[in-house]
Amino acid sequence: MPHESIINEEGEHVVLPQHRHHFETAEQQREAGSFGMWLFLLTEIMFFGGLFFAYLLYRNWYYPAFAVASNQLNVPEGAANTAILITSGFFMALGVWAAEVRKKKLLVVMLVFTTLFGIAFLGVKADEYHEKYEKHHIPGASFSTAMFTNPAAYGINEQPLAPDMAQHTEIFFFLYFAMTGMHAFHMIIGIVLLFWLTWRAHRGEFSSGYVAPIENFGLYWHFVDIVWLFLFPLLYLINRHLPK
Amino acid sequence: MSTPITHTIVNLPDQATAQIPKRNYINNEHGLLSWLLTGDHKRIAILYLISITFFFFIGGAFAGLIRLELLTPAPDLVSSDTYNKFFTMHGIIMIFLFLVPSVPATLGNFLIPIMIGAKDLAFPKINLLSWYLYVVGGILTLAALVLGGVDTGWTFTTPLSTHYLNTHVITAATAIFVAGFASIFTGLNFIVTIHRMRAPGMTWFRMPLFVWSNYAASILMVLGTPVLAITLVLVALERLIGIGVFDPTKGGDPLLFQHLFWFYSHPAVYIMILPGMGVISEVISTFSRKRVFGYTAVAFSSVAIALFGFFVWAHHMFIMGVSNYSALVFSLLTMLVAVPSAIKIFNWAFTLQKGSITFETPMLYAFAFIGLFTIGGLTGIFLGSLGMDIHLTETYFIVAHFHYVMVGGMLMAFLAGIHFWWPKMTGRMYPESLSKLSAVTSFIGFNLTFMPQFILGYLGMPRRYHAYPPEYQVLNVLSTAGATVLGVGFMLPLLYLGWSLKYGAIAGNNPWQATGLEWQIQSPPLTENFTEIPIVDYEAYDYEWLEKKQREEVTTVG
Repeated sequence: MPHESIINEEGEHVVLPQHRHHFETAEQQREAGSFGMWLFLLTEIMFFGGLFFAYLLYRNWYYPAFAVASNQLNVPEGAANTAILITSGFFMALGVWAAEVRKKKLLVVMLVFTTLFGIAFLGVKADEYHEKYEKHHIPGASFSTAMFTNPAAYGINEQPLAPDMAQHTEIFFFLYFAMTGMHAFHMIIGIVLLFWLTWRAHRGEFSSGYVAPIENFGLYWHFVDIVWLFLFPLLYLINRHLPK
Repeated sequence: MSTPITHTIVNLPDQATAQIPKRNYINNEHGLLSWLLTGDHKRIAILYLISITFFFFIGGAFAGLIRLELLTPAPDLVSSDTYNKFFTMHGIIMIFLFLVPSVPATLGNFLIPIMIGAKDLAFPKINLLSWYLYVVGGILTLAALVLGGVDTGWTFTTPLSTHYLNTHVITAATAIFVAGFASIFTGLNFIVTIHRMRAPGMTWFRMPLFVWSNYAASILMVLGTPVLAITLVLVALERLIGIGVFDPTKGGDPLLFQHLFWFYSHPAVYIMILPGMGVISEVISTFSRKRVFGYTAVAFSSVAIALFGFFVWAHHMFIMGVSNYSALVFSLLTMLVAVPSAIKIFNWAFTLQKGSITFETPMLYAFAFIGLFTIGGLTGIFLGSLGMDIHLTETYFIVAHFHYVMVGGMLMAFLAGIHFWWPKMTGRMYPESLSKLSAVTSFIGFNLTFMPQFILGYLGMPRRYHAYPPEYQVLNVLSTAGATVLGVGFMLPLLYLGWSLKYGAIAGNNPWQATGLEWQIQSPPLTENFTEIPIVDYEAYDYEWLEKKQREEVTTVG
């Protein structure tokens, strides 16, 4: 079956072991795979969309609460995390390139770097969550609005909020945890997949022209990056330009 | 044989010599594991068919119990709490475990790759995963039932579901969350397959309309279901740790829940009905021996329904306190959906005009669909009008309305499709006269059940109550009697279709002399459908092409 093969560098036809029987050509298989991944990412946008919608609604309603609560997020750590995530994405892109030019060792190294920066992101995130815990900013029984009703006592240069408005900071923090938590959850899934892909790359599975899994995972990883690139300004930066 | 007048197009091979093909997808491999680990889209379709039939009869049993309670005005069969659990279970099972996967996951799974000339769906493993997710969702639903039930109604409306009930809301929500991903993966698989795996010559406008309508439904599944998923996550979190997003005491808004929920659940109605409309296009064309009138319009009307379907959700919330302006806009947009729906109905009617119509069972179900869906659709316009809606919403009128669309429309279409493609799936015919009887029984039973409910609703009987004033009893008795007839109408196919698996007449490749690619291969098909990928050089529903092909075959053999 000539259509089940591709032409290698020496001009010979080789049948790839990864070719699935129900595709006519390897090209069709690759296109279907990447198209499927794009569609999956579309469902992910809709999934996060519900949370973004809730954020926009409540930010409109409870603007003062959202403004001061947002100012309590840790911008330096958030900015560091943005840099870390973009670096991770950069290594992922290099990884895709390494697979395409069939450099096995380089691919493994790039995947390892991608993983390490991903883990670093989660580490910083965990530290931020811990800070929220210490400030009693985790929604639930231990949540405290003291920092917003009486900011002067905490050395915070903000206008104090009326108690009922201050109560609504809990919604901000819930949305913060839901959105960054859902994002972190996607990172964890990505890191698990990275371990698996690194192992397969180490066995040389992606060094003979079959790069679809690396490419598709790259799409997923960049998507997770992009979600963060929306979360960071919306949650951390949106009120920073205002005079205190 | 003795009568020269042909009142049927059924063309079966000589039963004395005919045999089921020696190799086919059913006997290609043996053993339970070969089914549970299969990647074959046809086998997965059969797995789905068995599971959704199981859940259909469980959901149906709850419908029976509901009608039994409503036989008398007094609340005498079950307590009000139990009654609430009955209609909740009926709704959850019928919508998420039967109607949503009904046509796409069974007939669509079986037929779409064959209809476009592919060997399988693009992602066979994800297809199998989708069935397993469905099963997990089903088991969780049964768990919620066995552990004591859930009584939120299928809509999980907040704050009732988050603050006031002490039943298994989270188990049921998890079940729907998981089953939702089954639906997402089915839709994703269909879209990729239809885009990337069509046979040479199979252009978009040569595809059967069944493929078009499933494509439109897949768009809705892929874009809508994730929103339901996140909404259910939020409901579960609200119950578990009191996050406040839907809790007015913390500044949250219960209406936000309804916006998010109906953003999925209104399109979900079209997820349920669109694939059924695809079945009707195939059946009407085959049994009137004509190309579907206005093929392009019918194809695009599916996509238009999918598109409009995303912009009408707030018509479920007219009395919930949305602003007058948004109610006005959503009412107008709702009216717009009537246009593509009517395009379909009119085009089917024009297809019938001057066609050589025959009345086999699938055609009877298709006629039932057209009539009942039209009534269901037109009463939808009553409900889409703001003033009428205030009077009719939350009454039996709305119950009757959506049952006309979902049962009268979708279920009839599902049964039309099952009968139509049964010979292809199993290689054997169902018994014709018995199945005609069951089609007529279902039609009569259905109207007897739900026509009185329109009147009940108009008179003001609210939905979801287990007792009612005595003056409504006559109509309720009629409805319960109808439900019994309807139950018989649905039990019969289960029996005779099971019987036909062993004793049905051998169907041959193309008993209906239909034009689709699926009818040009053996029944039941081979594991990879085609021995050679076909090259398509004819339009959909081209009966002259078929005639020519058959003539040539005869000359070759002769």
